Amino acid sequence: MTSSHPSDPVQAGPLVQLVGINKHFGAGPAVLDDVDLTIAPGEVHGLLGANGSGKSTLIKILSGVHGVDSGTLTVRGEPAQLPLLGDRAQALGLRFVHQDLGLVGSLSALENYLIPLISASRGSLKMNWRAQQRRMQSVLDRYGLAFDPQTEVALLRPVDRALLAIVRALDGPGTPFPGPRLVVLDEPTVFLPQVEIDKLFSLIRRIAADGSSVLFVSHDLDEVRAVTDRITVLRNGAVVLACARTAEISSKQLIKAIVGAELASGSRIGPPTNVGHELLRVSQLTAGAARGVDFTAYTGEVIGLTGLSGDGYEDIVEALAGAIRSRAGQITLAGSVYEMRSWNPTVAVAQGVVLVPADRLVNGIAPELPLIDNVTLPQLNSFLAGPLLRRGAMRTYTQTLIDRYDIRPTDPDNPIAQLSGGNQQKAVLGKWIETAPKILLLHEPTQGVDVGARQQIFRIIRETAEHSSVLVASSDHDQLAELCDRVLIVRKGNIVAQLTNDEVTKSRITAECLQPSLDRASP
Amino acid sequence: MTETPGAAAVPSKNLARSAERFALPAIWVILLVVFSVLRPDTFLTLANFSAMFSSQTSLLVLALAVTIPLTAGDFDLSVGSTAGLSAMTIAVLNVQYGVGIWWAVLAGLLVSVLVGVVNSALTILVGVDTLIVTLGMGTLLQGVISWMGNFSVVTGVSKSLVNAVVRTRILGIPIEFWYGLALCAIMWYFMELTPLGRRLLMVGQSRKVAQLSGLRVGALRAGALMSSALLAGVAGALVVGTTGSADQTSASQLLLPAFAAAFLGATTILPGRFNAIGVLVSVLFLVTGITGLQQLGVPSFVQNLFYGAALIAGVVLSHAVGIARQKKKRSL
Repeated sequence: MTSSHPSDPVQAGPLVQLVGINKHFGAGPAVLDDVDLTIAPGEVHGLLGANGSGKSTLIKILSGVHGVDSGTLTVRGEPAQLPLLGDRAQALGLRFVHQDLGLVGSLSALENYLIPLISASRGSLKMNWRAQQRRMQSVLDRYGLAFDPQTEVALLRPVDRALLAIVRALDGPGTPFPGPRLVVLDEPTVFLPQVEIDKLFSLIRRIAADGSSVLFVSHDLDEVRAVTDRITVLRNGAVVLACARTAEISSKQLIKAIVGAELASGSRIGPPTNVGHELLRVSQLTAGAARGVDFTAYTGEVIGLTGLSGDGYEDIVEALAGAIRSRAGQITLAGSVYEMRSWNPTVAVAQGVVLVPADRLVNGIAPELPLIDNVTLPQLNSFLAGPLLRRGAMRTYTQTLIDRYDIRPTDPDNPIAQLSGGNQQKAVLGKWIETAPKILLLHEPTQGVDVGARQQIFRIIRETAEHSSVLVASSDHDQLAELCDRVLIVRKGNIVAQLTNDEVTKSRITAECLQPSLDRASP
Repeated sequence: MTETPGAAAVPSKNLARSAERFALPAIWVILLVVFSVLRPDTFLTLANFSAMFSSQTSLLVLALAVTIPLTAGDFDLSVGSTAGLSAMTIAVLNVQYGVGIWWAVLAGLLVSVLVGVVNSALTILVGVDTLIVTLGMGTLLQGVISWMGNFSVVTGVSKSLVNAVVRTRILGIPIEFWYGLALCAIMWYFMELTPLGRRLLMVGQSRKVAQLSGLRVGALRAGALMSSALLAGVAGALVVGTTGSADQTSASQLLLPAFAAAFLGATTILPGRFNAIGVLVSVLFLVTGITGLQQLGVPSFVQNLFYGAALIAGVVLSHAVGIARQKKKRSL
């Protein structure tokens, strides 16, 4: 399985070769199990795998973040000592561009380009701006990039930002490397509009034509198929497809390799099979990346929303909570119609639509405040006696909530930051569920939550769904399979498939998310 | 031995918490005792106590004023000038235009609230940082005060205001001290025991959580800025009532001491939070220290020295205690 297919560039000897990489964290299972990866000079190599397949760990070994249990790295035929310490990866010509790009929006493109120089420079204090700008301009010209180095990065188009980050990594002033380099692009297309992706692809091809290599990490099969020469697929830490020529492999085969199960065609959105009555009807919701989304939620069900990052599934719950602005659409909630353009969190909460947000420490809790202040916030008016709050009643309420949701430690006056992630999340769930919401919106509800609390949270969610309806936006397909009655798959801003009953399995969800839009158009 | 660590940890934790809460009041009492022993004839007299406590009322009110936006996460740097504007408005209307004193006071308060309205409009509607808006507003108002007062002191304000602020005494202490105490009590109840107070706190602690919980964050912040402006207006009226006049700087120079008292107050009673009783304790502590030191014969520059050192020491100690507590938590 691990032998590489013959291909022209390989004859020159691989640029980067990982052999027999094993890695596990602590007492956990192996994250990488005897992984080989060979990247030839001048090739664009796709690295695919579901969440948790070991892709990121493999990249972090290349960038020097992690060491290995065993295995070797060879760069241009020379063995390299693992872990790669300090800026060793840079010095070997290994370059990385992550999804967040590492750019500062308020600085100019030139200033951003020089960040590696500024952070690496020792001694010389004087910056020759004119010479640096000339140098940057020549790099831009070489790759055919047409933006002004003086432009503020925030004003650049998204694709130009990505291109800037890539040429900075490749030819930037930090640690120059003369020969062929390897650029690792970690999901570079997630936030790019479809029409601009071609510019990114032509830069990638240009880099490969110059003799450097690109490791292209993505979930998007269309893009991987469009730009890569060969593909390696990881599943559960092992290589299941090694250096397969892109032209010789179908999307179906790729999905099968990623998911590990036979693919069946997803059912189209039809009438739901649920018994409860209609609670929420969403029509033509347009917010963030979501465009014209329609669906209906019934009492008694837990609905999952998922897709690829950037495709808009998260934006649906965020918009329903009023956390992000909607550009168009309406909802019908328990018989009343609301225009989404004037929807906001105040109205949402008043109408019983509540959100347990992702990024709990920023959006979910006020870390410094005690548990009691965090959980009583939505209900303060119910503790009034005249103009003043009854502290005793608030305390009793909090104590009941602590017991009901099994929050530990049980002291209501403890700053909530001192609780574990799972207990914090139970507190946030309790805070909202006790308001008897109509719609409970959850965004990555078990992020940073331990296994025990995860099961408790699932139970709490199921119980809540008995008299309301619950929407879960998550990229954790395991969790969705365990929790949801039905799962809506969002792709490029639209719901493209619905899984119900025994279709709701981890592998089906993952497969549907990966299903390329081309295939879907002609089933 | 092996079964008691939890039981032993609880009282020691409570003890540490109490020590942190009541350290400043305890030091204040110690200062009172020490100075009384060292200077029984001058320090330990009713006249001295009455002067000490009442002289700081306008500072106390101004410190309470900044506490409200601070709780909501905003700095209001215009309160000093707002107090000055209120004082100057009252004095000019009453002395130069012959407006009845209570109408003049009402006008002073209205002008102050207007300042708060402009501050809120610029920060909430336009979205400029409060620090910048109120810094600019404070400087601008200082110019307005100079223009109104023509760079001089406006004296001869109606005696009825002076009577209502300092001449009337309860238990030998001018009534303005009791006004300050009453305001502290109201603020305490408002912040701790009304939904509005709790919502302000949440806005200050995490604007994002407050917003996602359905609070009207903009309205709450605007309300805080208008309340601080109104209280600054009250402080201005107290300044006029205390001296019977309004000048260029006596109200506006209280700005930094007011912030010092607010931050020092946040290290005591409810450590980590801006709170009314903490503000009261720190104002009394600061005036006691300065008065005592002056009576011991130290030169007058010690006033600023004491103020600054007390603030830095208080905040540093409180920070150190906070870090120690977290370390202990982590090691448990």
